Amino acid sequence: MKRLPYVAFALWFLLLAAVPFLASNYFVKIATFLAMYAALALSWNFIGGYTGYPSFSTAAFFGLGAYTGALLQNAGLWVGLAWACAAVVTTVFAAVIGFAILRMRGHYFAIGSIALVEALMLVASILADLTGGGEGLNVKIMPGGPDYIGRVFLYTMLGIMLAAFITTVLVDRGRLGFGLRCIQQNEDAADMVGIDTRRYKTAAFALSAVFCGAIGAAYASWVAYISPSDSFSILLTLKVPVMVLLGGPGTIFGPIVGSAAFVMMEETIWSKYLEYHQAVLGLVIVLLIFFLPGGVLRVFRRRAAA
Amino acid sequence: MDYGQVVANGLMIGAVYACIAVGFSLVWGVLNVINMMHGSFIMLGGYLTFFAWLHLKVSPIVSVVPVAAILFVVGYLIQYLMINRVVMQPVLTTLTLTFGLDMILYNFMNLWFTATPRRVVLDLGRLDLGGVILPLDRVVAMGLALLLTGLLYTVMRTSRIGRAIVAVRMDRDAAALMGIRVNKVYAITFGIGALMAGACGALVAVVFPITTSVTGLFLGKAFVICVIGGLGSVPGALVGGLALGLIEAFAGFWFSPQTAILAGFVIMLVLLVVRPTGLVGRRGYE
Repeated sequence: MKRLPYVAFALWFLLLAAVPFLASNYFVKIATFLAMYAALALSWNFIGGYTGYPSFSTAAFFGLGAYTGALLQNAGLWVGLAWACAAVVTTVFAAVIGFAILRMRGHYFAIGSIALVEALMLVASILADLTGGGEGLNVKIMPGGPDYIGRVFLYTMLGIMLAAFITTVLVDRGRLGFGLRCIQQNEDAADMVGIDTRRYKTAAFALSAVFCGAIGAAYASWVAYISPSDSFSILLTLKVPVMVLLGGPGTIFGPIVGSAAFVMMEETIWSKYLEYHQAVLGLVIVLLIFFLPGGVLRVFRRRAAA
Repeated sequence: MDYGQVVANGLMIGAVYACIAVGFSLVWGVLNVINMMHGSFIMLGGYLTFFAWLHLKVSPIVSVVPVAAILFVVGYLIQYLMINRVVMQPVLTTLTLTFGLDMILYNFMNLWFTATPRRVVLDLGRLDLGGVILPLDRVVAMGLALLLTGLLYTVMRTSRIGRAIVAVRMDRDAAALMGIRVNKVYAITFGIGALMAGACGALVAVVFPITTSVTGLFLGKAFVICVIGGLGSVPGALVGGLALGLIEAFAGFWFSPQTAILAGFVIMLVLLVVRPTGLVGRRGYE
């Protein structure tokens, strides 16, 4: 029985990978988004789910990765190498920043992590000579035609999703996951029994950044144009935690289920209620908070006492 | 432009900033809720003021009272009907809820009012103090902002409801045992937060163009001011607001307006790490 979710994940993975052979390019795009958001949600899960820290930094990592990747690629670096460098830069950034801001808890951490997004967005706008400022930055379009490009990015995102998934399984079963769960339940007690909470939290924060950075860079190459408000989107920074809440934070499969449900919901909402898109998304969030708290938010409710 | 002018500009804007942050800080300090709707509340107040001025020819100095009253009712109902149900839950839940509500409010404001910038134009002339030029509409906005902030301070210090709010902030359970209806106090507190935001909106409409796209900007300022000044106290918000006004004025003078906003965020992040209690006041909640 315990193997069942893994089999389901493998089938889901194969289904997404088979989309280019089964359906039109529109569905290839949706499959790419499904993989991308699943990877982002799995990333957030390290800090938000296992560790229980209300991080809203997803867009900061995504945007940093996007700009790093785009600038390196425009400087002549090979695409794959540019993505890898973006992931490394983002991870180092997260580790350094995390070491400082993870001292705060609760509301202060939430505010600090949102401010990180805003600050980076302003930096990207101010350094106009380098980043093109508010006008945005064009990235070289990959040669090979839409069919080929669609597949390249689908398989890239699927690869990142798989890497994030495997990392999650390893963390979940390993020492790190155990320590993070202890921190989530009671940080002071975790500290008392000898868990190096600062190192563990920094590791979780860095893990939550590495795949975001790679995805940001791949996304920049995919859409071939990035701008500050697009890359450091406050909406993205909230959407990803909501996806994880929808599926179940602190679990291996919750982020995948949640992000898949959310992307499909968004895809149907987008096409039907273009004018009320944001309001409907807001309504979904409000309903989620009120009517799905038992199964979905249980992990966080426990933290309220801490 | 000399430094006197920069300081004057900073203080005039800073007083309005203080007014913006004081309601946000109250809600955060007492309810332990980060209200992501604060920026939209300010803009809603601004729009109501603008349309009252455009269609009914009501001066913002007069309409600030009914606008504030309307926002109080809106805030009271939102807290009473919705946020009270999850108010004891961790920050991720409450922040996500208020963000969801903000998305709904923002969407409808965008549809009804469109994103076209609008502004109440009060041609009051200007004051010349030995080379330092003070536009009178800004002076009026500053005066009203300080008046409102002082009024809130008085209400919190002397009135029955003010003392009840402070009691709930200090110890929710003990306050409940003393016969204070905590849920009602929460709703009133959130209502006051919205009221201050709406009143600020009326002032902002005189000083800045009103458009839905700046709601996030004002919310960000509330964050920064709360961290600079410290949480949940009126003097803290005043100090934080004036400080941010001056920081932005100087950073804007030396560098660029965008750098001014960045400077606020950077100082906030540094303060969060170095001194999370702010310059004034104490830590609200963990």
